[in-house]
Amino acid sequence: MSRKVLIDKVNIEGIRFYDEYRKNGGYASVEKAFKMSPADVVEEVKKSGLRGRGGAGFPTGMKWSFLAKPEGVPRYLVCNADESEPGTFKDRYLMEFLPHLLIEGLIVSSYALGSGRTYIYIRGEYAWIVDILEKAIAEAKSNNWLGKNILGTGFDCEIYVQRGAGAYICGEETALLESLEGKRGNPRIKPPFPAVKGLWDCPTVVNNVETLAAIVPIINMGGEEYAKIGIGKSTGTKLLSACGNINKPGVYEIDMTISVEEFIYGDEYCGGIANGKKLKACIPGGSSVPILPANLLLKTAKGETRMMTYESLADGGFATGSMMGSGGFIVLDEDQCVVRHTLTLARFYRHESCGQCSPCREGTGWMEKILQNIEYGKGKLTDIDLLWDIQRRIEGNTICPLGDAAAWPVAAAIRHFRDEFEWHVLNPDESQRRNYGLAHYADPLQTVTA
Amino acid sequence: MIKFSDDKLEKVKGIIASYPEGKQKSAVIPLLHMAQEEFGGWLSVESMDYVASLLQLQPIEVYEVATFYSMYNLKPVGKYLFEVCQTGPCMLNGSDQIIEYIKEKLNIGVGETTPDRMFTLKTVECLGACGYAPMMQLGKFFREHLTKEKVDQIIEECRKNAALNN
Repeated sequence: MSRKVLIDKVNIEGIRFYDEYRKNGGYASVEKAFKMSPADVVEEVKKSGLRGRGGAGFPTGMKWSFLAKPEGVPRYLVCNADESEPGTFKDRYLMEFLPHLLIEGLIVSSYALGSGRTYIYIRGEYAWIVDILEKAIAEAKSNNWLGKNILGTGFDCEIYVQRGAGAYICGEETALLESLEGKRGNPRIKPPFPAVKGLWDCPTVVNNVETLAAIVPIINMGGEEYAKIGIGKSTGTKLLSACGNINKPGVYEIDMTISVEEFIYGDEYCGGIANGKKLKACIPGGSSVPILPANLLLKTAKGETRMMTYESLADGGFATGSMMGSGGFIVLDEDQCVVRHTLTLARFYRHESCGQCSPCREGTGWMEKILQNIEYGKGKLTDIDLLWDIQRRIEGNTICPLGDAAAWPVAAAIRHFRDEFEWHVLNPDESQRRNYGLAHYADPLQTVTA
Repeated sequence: MIKFSDDKLEKVKGIIASYPEGKQKSAVIPLLHMAQEEFGGWLSVESMDYVASLLQLQPIEVYEVATFYSMYNLKPVGKYLFEVCQTGPCMLNGSDQIIEYIKEKLNIGVGETTPDRMFTLKTVECLGACGYAPMMQLGKFFREHLTKEKVDQIIEECRKNAALNN
């Protein structure tokens, strides 16, 4: 049984609202944090080993300690609720069902960082969640957890919700800040980093929803205790949003001690592949991380059991491994076409490219067109090499990581499923009628039992 | 001349007050949402100019934002806008078939509006409902686990609501 510290209380009736949330120990971390100095709160977060839950996995305590503190200049905390990575819907779940957990985490974090105005930047499509959050903020405020001189500490803080308007790129922190300033979401060149020059040129920390919610259990149990959950540098719990061809899609909290196999087949989690089919492939951390065929997903290239940890998912690098990313876990069954799936992702990145950098603006469009040709039986064998060449020229050559995010899924699909691409090209008619199938990608465990 | 109601203008003041003094440009995105809702579901040049005047911005500062974000409709749309997700996880769960079905049922293509101006079909990229796929956004809410039967029900529901409002 995996340990839960974030969504353990989600099934309590009325937990969405202040009274029930408070009755179940809510806002205790604020009371505890306000008895500590802001620097001590940052220290606890450092000790917890918490890593950013948005996708990059950067240590949160370290990010916080980079925040510049010039005299007389306001500092800002911005919560990144722009969740837009295909396969990811965990922040939505947290905000929808446990809004006060996020507000509580935001108050503690604002106190630690000295942010008197804290913004939640939420993707525009989550329109109804804006209402949920605003209600929770109003409840917190009427119970004196927000406003002026909170709990007599002299600390003032307000939280505001800002809605985006449909742009994946605004999940990138500097694009988010541009958008929050009322501009197009074009990422900024770093440095300067937001910790020095962020929102309205002031020092700013941008953290993901899940990261900020995790501050609550960290303060409640202490950083050292929190760090005991998990394995190695993968401390604490992680929310995973599982989707695709599985029996039980949804949001799961895992402590990072379980295997990928357990996560896919365990009744407590995904409950196996839907309709009794076999596992073909999986993107374990949101659409930008490399897709893995079943055999490499369940075991590393060295033959070790692959675990649901940052390190184990990345074992083997991009040659034979992938990434934890945002925790968007996308499962493909034996009947799915990797070419078509990759095409939808390429189209996504072409649509979402902000257009600032030519490798990304042009390259994402070229990749989509070539994949379209292959998918619809008009491809050539040389197209596969051309695709490889284009993705390689995008990766690392753009201002923000969207270029990498667009390149990786294409690269991994070719790396592991090249024969499926070739089959499409060589069998243009047949590939319009049926999919390639499982071939040799089958999960070795299943092949034995079948 | 278009104008927000007094209630809405009060709301505009509240939005501007959520930013530090002099940073009202930040309000352009929320105000464009409001304008789209209030003035017929899309942003005309007149609507965008009105938002610019409320925030003391140059019109171009509003146009460049309105043209960047996919939720703003720069052309008129039907009374009910079906925004159907077509990205990976939805595709794995049959969004292609759902889109085809809606096209057939409403007899329009993607990006088109029915002649009675009731429905517009738009395909969108991942809206964050991957575990509840296939899905579409309709107004403020998501419609999830779509099937052909559900699509029929939604179309019926829209027609009923439209008849009630007339």
